[in-house]
Amino acid sequence: MAKVSFRLVMPERELLATEADMVVVPGSEGDFGVLPGHAPLISTVRPGVLEVFQGNKAEQRFLVVGGFAEVTPERCTVLADEALPFEQVTPEQLAERERAAERELTDAASDAEKATAEKNLAVAKDLRRAQAYYASR
Amino acid sequence: MPSLKTFRLRIRSVQSTQKITKAMKMVAAAKLRRAQEQATAARPYAEAMDKILASLGASFKGGTGPRLLAGTGSDKVHLVIVATGDRGLCGGFNSTIVREARRMIRSLLAEGKTVKIFAVGRKGRDQLRRDFGPMIVDTMTDLGRPRLSFGDAQKVAGRVMEMFEAGEFDVATVVFNRFKSAMTQIVTAQQLIPPPAPEASAAAPAAAGGAVYEFEPDEGEILADLLPRNLTVQIFRVLLENAASFYGSQMTAMDNASRNAGDVIKKLTLQMNRSRQASITKELIEIISGAEAI
Repeated sequence: MAKVSFRLVMPERELLATEADMVVVPGSEGDFGVLPGHAPLISTVRPGVLEVFQGNKAEQRFLVVGGFAEVTPERCTVLADEALPFEQVTPEQLAERERAAERELTDAASDAEKATAEKNLAVAKDLRRAQAYYASR
Repeated sequence: MPSLKTFRLRIRSVQSTQKITKAMKMVAAAKLRRAQEQATAARPYAEAMDKILASLGASFKGGTGPRLLAGTGSDKVHLVIVATGDRGLCGGFNSTIVREARRMIRSLLAEGKTVKIFAVGRKGRDQLRRDFGPMIVDTMTDLGRPRLSFGDAQKVAGRVMEMFEAGEFDVATVVFNRFKSAMTQIVTAQQLIPPPAPEASAAAPAAAGGAVYEFEPDEGEILADLLPRNLTVQIFRVLLENAASFYGSQMTAMDNASRNAGDVIKKLTLQMNRSRQASITKELIEIISGAEAI
C-alpha cells in the first residue's frame, strides 16, 4: 500500500522524516487526516497533538505549537514553531508553562507585551487540554 | 646589541601569545563545526517555507497582497540591518561587513534617501557610530549566547516588524557575511522587505504535480501569518551564516597569528644564538690575546 512521506520540521532542525500510513494534523479549522493521494492543501496548524499512524495504530505522537502544514498527494510536511514528542511532556511541565505565561501577563508593561503574553497563555492552555485529552485515550 | 636576557624574555612573551592564539584557533574550529551543523539542520525548514511561500506568492501578482510582500509603494526610507559579531580577533570579518554597509549607506544618501541603521552585533555599532551615529535607531548585542537559537532571530525580527508596522521605513536590507568556506566569506546585502520577486513562482505549481493548493483558512490569512514568520526564518539564516563565517574567519586569523608567532620565535632564537656566539668569541679573543702578551 502506498504511504505518505511525512516530515516534521522545526526552525532549528528536522524532528522526524518517515513513511507513514496516515498522519492526523491539528489544523486551525479542525483536525484532518492525511492519507496517500490527499488533495493538495496548505493549512495553518493550531496548538495540539499530531499523530503518525502505521497501520491502524498511532505509532508516534507529538505536541505541536502553531505553524503550517503542506500536503500533496505524496507528501505531508509540517512546519511547527515548536514540536515535542508526546511522551516527553508531563502535565506538570505544561502547568508550569501556563503559570509562567500568567506571570508574564501580569508583568506585561506595554500593549505589545500584553498581546504576546495573552497568546502564550492561550497556547499553554490549548496544549494542556490537548495533552489531557490524548493521555486518557 | 641587546643582552641575552632581553632576548629570552621576548621569546617567552611571544611563546605565550602563540599559546593563546593556538587555543583560540582550536576553540574557533570546534565552534565552526557546531555552527555549520546548525546551519545544515535549519535548512529543511527554510526550504519548505520557501516552497509554500512561492506557491502562495503566485496568487498575489503585481503589487497586490499584504504590505509585507508588496512593499509600501515607496522607497524613501531605508533600514539597513548590519549584522556583525560582538567580538573582534577574527580577521577582516567585521570590517568587511561594515565597509559594505558604509558603501551602501553612502550611495543611498547620495540618491537622497533617508537611511536608518539597525546594528545587530557590538562591533558593527562601534565602527558605524563614528560616521553615522545619529542614524543608528537601534542596537542588539549578545545574541547567540551561549548558542544561537530561533528565539534570537525572533527577537531581531520582532523589532524589525515593530518598526515596519509603525511605518518607520519602506525597504529593509540586511548586510552580513555568507559562509563559503573557512577561508572565504562573501559579504552579501540581501533585501528582506519587500522580498525580491520570487522567480520560483513558476516552478511551484509544477512541484505540486500541476495541482493547485487548497487553502485552509484562505490565502490571505495564511499569508498574513506566514510572512512575518518567513522574515524570522530569513533572519535566522542570516544569523547562522554569520556565526559560521565569524568562526571560520577567526580560525583562519588565529592560524595566521600562530604561524607568525612561530616565525618571530625562530628569528629571535637565531639572533639570540648569534649574539651568544659573538660574546663567546669575543671573550676567547680577549683571553688568547692576553695570554700572548705575557
